[in-house]
Amino acid sequence: MEPRDEAELAGIVADAAAAGRALCIKGGGTRQELGHPVEGASLSLRGVSGITLYEPGALTLVARAGTPLDEIEAALAAEGQRLPFEPMDHRLLFGTDGAPTIGGVVAANVSGPRRVQAGACRDSLIGVRFVDGSGAVLKNGGRVMKNVTGYDLVKLMAGSHGTLGVLTEVSFKLLPAPETAATLRIAGLGDAEAVAAMSAALGSPYDVTGAAHLPAGTGDGPLTLIRLEGFEKSIAYRSAALRDQLGRFGPVEIETDATEVAARWAGLRDARAVSGGAGDIWRISVKPGDGPAARAALGPETVSHFDWGGGLIWARVPEGQDVRAALAGIPGHATLVRASAATKARLGVFQPEAPPLARIAAGLRARFDPRGILNPGRMG
Amino acid sequence: MQMPDPDQSVLARKEAIVAGLGRILPADAVISDPAETRAYECDALTAYRCPPLAAVLPSTTEEVAAVLRFCHEQGVKVVPRGSGTSLAGGALPTADSIILGVARMNAVLETDYANRVIRVQTGRTNLSVTGAVEADDFFYAPDPSSQLACAIAGNIGMNSGGAHCLKYGVTTNNLLGVKLVTMQGEIVELGGAHLDAAGYDLLGVLCGSEGQLGVVTEATLRILRKPEGARPIMMGFDANEVAGACVSDIIKAGVLPVAIEFMDRPCIRACEAFAKAGYPDVEALLIVEVEGSEAEIEEQLAKIKEIALRHNPTELRESRSAEQSAAIWKGRKSAFGAMGQINDYMCLDGTIPVSQLPHVLRRIGEMSKEFGLDVANVFHAGDGNMHPLILFDANKPGDLERCEAFGAEILKLCVEVGGCLTGEHGVGVEKRDLMLAQYTPEDIEAQLRVKDVFDPKWLLNPAKVFPLETTETRRAA
Ligand SMILES: Cc1cc2nc3c(=O)[nH]c(=O)nc-3n(CC(O)[C@H](O)[C@H](O)COP(=O)(O)OP(=O)(O)OC[C@H]3O[C@@H](n4cnc5c(N)ncnc54)[C@H](O)[C@@H]3O)c2cc1C
Ligand SMILES: Cc1cc2nc3c(=O)[nH]c(=O)nc-3n(C[C@H](O)[C@H](O)[C@H](O)COP(=O)(O)OP(=O)(O)OC[C@H]3O[C@@H](n4cnc5c(N)ncnc54)[C@H](O)[C@@H]3O)c2cc1C
Repeated sequence: MEPRDEAELAGIVADAAAAGRALCIKGGGTRQELGHPVEGASLSLRGVSGITLYEPGALTLVARAGTPLDEIEAALAAEGQRLPFEPMDHRLLFGTDGAPTIGGVVAANVSGPRRVQAGACRDSLIGVRFVDGSGAVLKNGGRVMKNVTGYDLVKLMAGSHGTLGVLTEVSFKLLPAPETAATLRIAGLGDAEAVAAMSAALGSPYDVTGAAHLPAGTGDGPLTLIRLEGFEKSIAYRSAALRDQLGRFGPVEIETDATEVAARWAGLRDARAVSGGAGDIWRISVKPGDGPAARAALGPETVSHFDWGGGLIWARVPEGQDVRAALAGIPGHATLVRASAATKARLGVFQPEAPPLARIAAGLRARFDPRGILNPGRMG
Repeated sequence: MQMPDPDQSVLARKEAIVAGLGRILPADAVISDPAETRAYECDALTAYRCPPLAAVLPSTTEEVAAVLRFCHEQGVKVVPRGSGTSLAGGALPTADSIILGVARMNAVLETDYANRVIRVQTGRTNLSVTGAVEADDFFYAPDPSSQLACAIAGNIGMNSGGAHCLKYGVTTNNLLGVKLVTMQGEIVELGGAHLDAAGYDLLGVLCGSEGQLGVVTEATLRILRKPEGARPIMMGFDANEVAGACVSDIIKAGVLPVAIEFMDRPCIRACEAFAKAGYPDVEALLIVEVEGSEAEIEEQLAKIKEIALRHNPTELRESRSAEQSAAIWKGRKSAFGAMGQINDYMCLDGTIPVSQLPHVLRRIGEMSKEFGLDVANVFHAGDGNMHPLILFDANKPGDLERCEAFGAEILKLCVEVGGCLTGEHGVGVEKRDLMLAQYTPEDIEAQLRVKDVFDPKWLLNPAKVFPLETTETRRAA
């Protein structure tokens, strides 16, 4: 099914609810592997598409959920602006093609390396319209960046993987795109030193917008990478100041070629270092200081790298390995992003929740989707 | 302000309830004497008052849990309270409720510069969080004007913001985790020092839920390294439209100031009379602040100046020193005090898309004539958060009512042009009945479902946020 607008979509959902028929919600279908497989009639959002409002002078964009991400990024680029959270492209990881949609990005709360400085997708999201599991059209938030009118269901919808509602429209707060960017590189660091260097950079006044580390065994690793963005003169000043500060960790090289800098961070954003080869892929979020211990716990056969200053680990492990068991005792969460259906079923995709939280989650699902027809089982 | 009738069965059991609380908490943590509960009968919205059944001041999360468990069993309503600086009546008690204040829980539990987080008990004041880390050149970014007094608890309850949120975001963007006690008395953790909690974003929903979903006792907050420096520039224009266009142009040019403040002529005059900061007598004044190293500040200010000059400012004053910076901010920072000197006033809080600024200011001017009450405007222009101050005379019969009616019209105007009823103060009881101007009954129903899940007996912070008629059946159940 491919409705052309919100009203038609609401009708489809209401009919499905009446018949108790499950729906499998699709944006561009580039990340259908995220989460557990869903059995249900395919419901594509591709027809609910288009930018409905873009005010560069107010840093706001409103778009229908099925709008391809490319279209949004092109419109923003024309005005020298961007989505602050740098959404990842999953096509490499899953070997899929198709066009990722903005609704899919929100449904999965997708953020890239800039998350450490600019926040996650949910932090830039300021409004949503969606259709709940009974077919009711609902809205929350709006198109202004400060809004505390009632409960913030905008955040609830971000990352709910289509299990609480089908998103039809999303609003974002934007940022100016920087004039230029640079990458600082330090070669040869071990994990603990690398995280210390990244912490020093992120704790400096130089406004770092990316801090990643490729350990030995991931292409050109070990290589610690720090990104700066802004006006040209400011980048020159901050790169030099930060190079001095990080000098104690080893010689610092500065990469300024725009194409190279962009390609490097796109590679990190899309988890290129772990995407090739066989094995399961996990995404692990810990406190940066726990990063080295977490990576060590994954075992020698793991290929993995750090983003978010050490707080995000992308890991490819031998098939079927239970990463959560290995990480026991380290606070955080691990998501099984790519694996066979059997492994996903056995280990679970998402981190199990404490019983009171699981009860709250189940309660919310029961109220927003009483017939259980929206992406049933996707979140386990 | 209509409030639900108090539950007579609870009032009748007052003594037993107070005795029960006394078994859970030390004697000095339970307050039931009417002379002493008076201190808790309102927050900073002093127009509405009601003494609570009792007030309790626990010292630990376990005590909070025990109190909530007891109240849940007894069917007693609970109003969580930080410092009571809410301007929306968010911490207003009812006669059949107890106030649960976290003021005694104000410790710093952990400071972790390597991971850039601080963990505090939520009774700690906003400014003292920065106070705990500023010797090491770090700060906590959200900066409500009430930061000296307001607690992190209330900041989370209201999702508070401040002048610098254009760059750093509001509370929800700087809150990584909480320890939460549910109304049933269960202690749970949401998030932590790692990013993006697993599962649904319950932390995001909790933030700004005005004490209706649970009681927060601990918070893990993001701390940031202080910038090397900051400096403002002040510019005056002879029309609001021009100042508004200048704000848009600055943003479009890719400069992201940390603050853009806007004042209109009535506000400038009042501030100048009060603070003698040397402000020019112009139609609209902008104060724009940028941050960074000296060279970066120079570069940004040069760009801003170039843009401003294209709009023919009648005044352009760039700070060259700490003293000059202080002078530029002095008038703005005394705005509320200055207005208070002249008159009684009501401070509104609505948000509009920045492009609607000239239109909204014009309409407010027209309405001011219709209602016969003066208005001064001061606001965070970068994010469209307006604080119109309506002047009235509290001693003049009918003035307050006229002022309230006028205020409601202004907020409806904000919604009409694509904005919202409240940008940072919250709904509380103050704007409860206006919610239907922004949301359909179905939209509100969706929010009530969240409350149903967290607080099935509807005991936490009663009669706030939602129009009473929309919650009637649930409260009766
Ligand atoms: C466990 C996990 C970890 C992830 N980690 C990262 C990460 O670190 N970085 C990153 O960038 N991305 C991450 N993602 C990813 C990401 O999910 C998606 O990016 C994105 O969803 C793409 O668009 P699409 O249109 O192709 O989506 P699709 O593949 O079509 O859909 C993606 C999901 O969203 C749902 N959906 C799509 N459109 C809508 C809609 N309009 N309303 C409601 N639901 C909808 C789908 O049913 C599906 O569940 C992660 C996802 C998961 C599950
Ligand atoms: C002069 C002045 C200036 C102000 N300036 C600003 C400003 O610039 N920006 C801004 O955002 N606000 C501002 N405010 C409003 C107010 O200070 C904020 O809303 C503040 O966050 C309230 O904090 P508090 O600790 O005083 O909370 P309280 O008033 O005690 O409570 C506020 C809300 O939070 C809930 N709550 C309190 N404690 C808890 C808890 N432990 N768990 C769960 N919920 C809880 C309460 O039930 C209530 O709904 C200003 C107020 C004044 C008086």
